[in-house]
Amino acid sequence: MMNGSTIIFYLLAALTLVSGLLSVSTRQIFRAAIYLLFSLIGIAGIYFWLDYQFIAAVQIVVYVGGIVVLIIFSIFLTQQAGEKLAKQKIGRKIFSALAAFCGFALTMLQVYQHEFYEPSETAVSPTVFDIGKKMLSVNDKGYALPFEVISMLLLAALVGCIVIALRNKPEPK
Amino acid sequence: MMQPGLYQLLFISAALFFIGVYGFFTRRNLITMLMSIELILNSVNLNFIAFNKYLWPDKMDGLFFTLFIIAIAAAEAAVAIAIIINLYRSHNSIDVENAEELKY
Repeated sequence: MMNGSTIIFYLLAALTLVSGLLSVSTRQIFRAAIYLLFSLIGIAGIYFWLDYQFIAAVQIVVYVGGIVVLIIFSIFLTQQAGEKLAKQKIGRKIFSALAAFCGFALTMLQVYQHEFYEPSETAVSPTVFDIGKKMLSVNDKGYALPFEVISMLLLAALVGCIVIALRNKPEPK
Repeated sequence: MMQPGLYQLLFISAALFFIGVYGFFTRRNLITMLMSIELILNSVNLNFIAFNKYLWPDKMDGLFFTLFIIAIAAAEAAVAIAIIINLYRSHNSIDVENAEELKY
């Protein structure tokens, strides 16, 4: 029995996994960044499918609009045009694929053996209003403290980036 | 075909995680390794969201974890790219095999 929602879910899953796989296997670095972009859009689509609109919007804004653009800029700054990545040794590829596949098989074996209980509570749809209220509330179910910590972390990252990227001046004699 | 549920989401998440691990093992260019790390972080986010949706639908903890992980991933990517560009300026290459000194 296939309805539209199921078909959309499997299409999004296929988009995410296929473009993720292409992103780690292509030898042209710019194409790798574009495939990464499609993979992240697929994840955002899965969030939309799960009815978490706010997370999907954040995913698109931060990942697709921020991180991928940053990666593409750094590719422009560091790669020669039209240059392919060096070929890897076939042995390394085979052993990496083997390790990744064994890890995947082990994880899925554990997941399928585990019986998850069915939740009895009724689902709430997290609206932006609820999320914002919970994020800034200071009582014991709020997230005000992690929010502040993340703010400090972002500030520290900002300062750190500036310090790292500063061109160091020649030493005065 | 199966109705999508928690197991399907966990399958996607695990597959994406190990795709990222494979990329991290095989790539030798720092920017592509960073892309693999982004894939891994995204699979973790998907995991949190799936558990929140299907096991604790009345709470929002997984959602907040995902939000904070996205913020940390953005900070991490910015710092990593600053380091990569600095490395390129001093060594003219962003291959991990050439980056063997910690300073100068």
